[in-house]
Amino acid sequence: MAKTISIDPITRLEGHGKIEIFLNDDGGVKDCYFQIPELRGFERFVVGRPIEELPRIVTRICGVCPASHHMAGAKAVDGCFGGELPPLAKKLRDMYYHAHYIHSHIAHFYALAAPDFVCGPTSDPATRNILGVVAKVGLEIGGAVIKARAQAQRIQQILGGRFTHLVWCIPGGVSKGLKPEELEEIKPMVANLYDFTQFSLKLFKDVVLGNPEYVDIILNGPYNLEVQNMGLVDENNAPNFYDGKVRVVDFQGKEICKYAPNDYMNNVAEHVEPWSYLKFPYLKQRGWKGFVEGIDSSIYMATPLSRLNVADRMATPKAQEAFEEMFGTLKQKPCRALMASHWARLVEMVQNAEMLQQYCADPEITGDKYRVVPQGITGEGVGIVEAMRGTLTHHYTCDSNGICTSANLIVGTTNNNAPIHMVTKKVASAMIKPGVEPDQGILNLVEMAFRTFDPCFSCATHSLPGQMPLEVKIMKNGEVYREFRRKC
Amino acid sequence: MEKKKLQIAIYWGAACGGCDVSVLDTNEFILDIAAAADIRMWPIAADGKYKDVEAMADGELDLVFFNGAVRTSENEHIAKLLRKKSKVMVAYGSCAHIGGIPALANQFCKEEIFERAYLKNPSLQEGNTTTPQPKTTVDAGELTIPTFYKRVYKLDDVVDVDYYLPGCPPAPEQVKAVVTLIVSGAALPPKGSVVGASDRAVCDDCQRKKEEKKVKKFYRPWQIIQDPEKCLMEQGIVCAGSATRSGCGVRCPNSNMPCRGCYGALPNVTDQGAKIISAVASIIDSKDPEEIAKILEGIQDITGYAYRFGMAGSYLQRSIR
Repeated sequence: MAKTISIDPITRLEGHGKIEIFLNDDGGVKDCYFQIPELRGFERFVVGRPIEELPRIVTRICGVCPASHHMAGAKAVDGCFGGELPPLAKKLRDMYYHAHYIHSHIAHFYALAAPDFVCGPTSDPATRNILGVVAKVGLEIGGAVIKARAQAQRIQQILGGRFTHLVWCIPGGVSKGLKPEELEEIKPMVANLYDFTQFSLKLFKDVVLGNPEYVDIILNGPYNLEVQNMGLVDENNAPNFYDGKVRVVDFQGKEICKYAPNDYMNNVAEHVEPWSYLKFPYLKQRGWKGFVEGIDSSIYMATPLSRLNVADRMATPKAQEAFEEMFGTLKQKPCRALMASHWARLVEMVQNAEMLQQYCADPEITGDKYRVVPQGITGEGVGIVEAMRGTLTHHYTCDSNGICTSANLIVGTTNNNAPIHMVTKKVASAMIKPGVEPDQGILNLVEMAFRTFDPCFSCATHSLPGQMPLEVKIMKNGEVYREFRRKC
Repeated sequence: MEKKKLQIAIYWGAACGGCDVSVLDTNEFILDIAAAADIRMWPIAADGKYKDVEAMADGELDLVFFNGAVRTSENEHIAKLLRKKSKVMVAYGSCAHIGGIPALANQFCKEEIFERAYLKNPSLQEGNTTTPQPKTTVDAGELTIPTFYKRVYKLDDVVDVDYYLPGCPPAPEQVKAVVTLIVSGAALPPKGSVVGASDRAVCDDCQRKKEEKKVKKFYRPWQIIQDPEKCLMEQGIVCAGSATRSGCGVRCPNSNMPCRGCYGALPNVTDQGAKIISAVASIIDSKDPEEIAKILEGIQDITGYAYRFGMAGSYLQRSIR
């Protein structure tokens, strides 16, 4: 009789998913599916609402990266009105967004990813969490992490009035400016955040790169994919998170395309499978070719690593140093080792902190020309930002009264649906061997595959019609052989 | 005698994660919570297991913070399980309290949502006719995904709730105050109370100058440059502040944007949206039906303004289609 065993459930990601592993008679992996049991509903229920309300509704797609949805939504709304934003409004939005990145990257690196490295991938699951990390690195460092994240949140609150679920961006700019005395409050926090990014890089080097076992997992483990890379870049092909063009580069480094937001529909399309509520985006010009790797594959990823893979350089000097050191150590660019995303996140944070420093030194930042009243409605707009978890596209249309007539969203993690499905199968096949009982440590090594993507299925599915826990089922001879469910 | 640590769980239903982040946003206080309490389950941050909860004795958990609305049978099942295992259950945040943003979907049916996502979306693979199915047979076996309820419910539609902690998300200071009260062992307020909020309206705490509310024309927030000192409603911008419970810190009006009502109705009011509509109606400066109709043209989607967060808890409930 096939046995069913429940062990540690799978956590430390945002939202929920489901993995089904089918075993052969000998216990090896026959097939593996990464399914999303949630249905999107958001695009339907924003229709009929005043278009300017959308940026303050779409924030509720995700409470971890609300500013990504707010900014992409605001840019799509800007498009619906036409006209130009005041330069100061763009600066303030960009400044806010850098602080938002730091908050999110700290949360992922320290609370979701670090337990696998600081505590160890096969360590006791009861302490394989942020408290386990604090116990290992000490309260002092734990306090520094809390303080840095709090400062990143506080900077957002000062700038936009709120951090989670901001209401600040409106057609024509932002609803409030930055006062000189508020800037003075921000400055020392930015100085500390910069130091914290340097500290985090050092911690990564000491804890992860200092451990040959981890380096081996990162570089030589099954955590790699030969798929294409996507990321938003500025005119110098340096990463830009708030604005720019989407650049797609194959895994050998050749540019496939570089498109402006308005042109997204010529470059990206979404494939539907009956066994998942989440769609599978692919490069439209290449057509859907299935879940295959290779230089001709139409599958791409949109992650911190892919953003650095498509970039020729970073936008700021210290981030450039960290970028060169990272690719120098990896000896591969573009890098296919997905675990390097954890490192890439820290390199991005350096650019975020340096950009905040630049804005703090900008004499215009406390100006009062942060808003204009839009003069017309053109009826259509596409807003693209780099959400922390991948390229985020919002496309809205509205009627002549500015009432929303349609909305289409291609969300950060959705881009990574196919790569996550593919790498989960790859890692499961490598880790689950015939004749060996898969213990919790082995299954956590499977989980670490999707964790490199920092996936957010709340975002990807717009979370609305409900969520399910992430669970793993191993099927043998048509019956449930083992079942793992984490949470909740 | 050593005080026994509080046993707590934090769970999300149909939610965005913002409520979980609001707990993290208590910052250093989170370490105090960890010192005073065992966090037995908190999916976003710690490994808590479903089967562990099932193995608990009834009432073993002292406190559950349940955020998110109820959209699936799974949400309902876990809400009921946690209810059984807990002494005190708190509906945490707008979605658990009154339905929240997810309940805006109650204006549409499931089929419309499905059609939009998989059949009529402009970036779909050309010619797509595939839609997700509850059961799919693949070479290796059968794959399943769940089906969904027709509408969104608030938490107390499916389980008995002891307290309501409102907000989208709740303000971290309010979360701290509530947790501190519970940890202190002091007498708790009567069952059914709204905690972590004021009995006053957002308007009462808003520092903007209020004079005479008479409006000849309504504006959308982008149509005029607001006077930052003056009541938004008096400037013709629909604001839910007069019919919404305070406690948020007046965070939207202080950002020069109108309140949309996330803290829910004032005490002894069932339908917050009806109060908001009534407030809007009362400030129209005209007695002429034609002129009134013209003034009202300035407001489109009044449902979306008045029931932004409270659809599931209102008299409207949902579309019958």
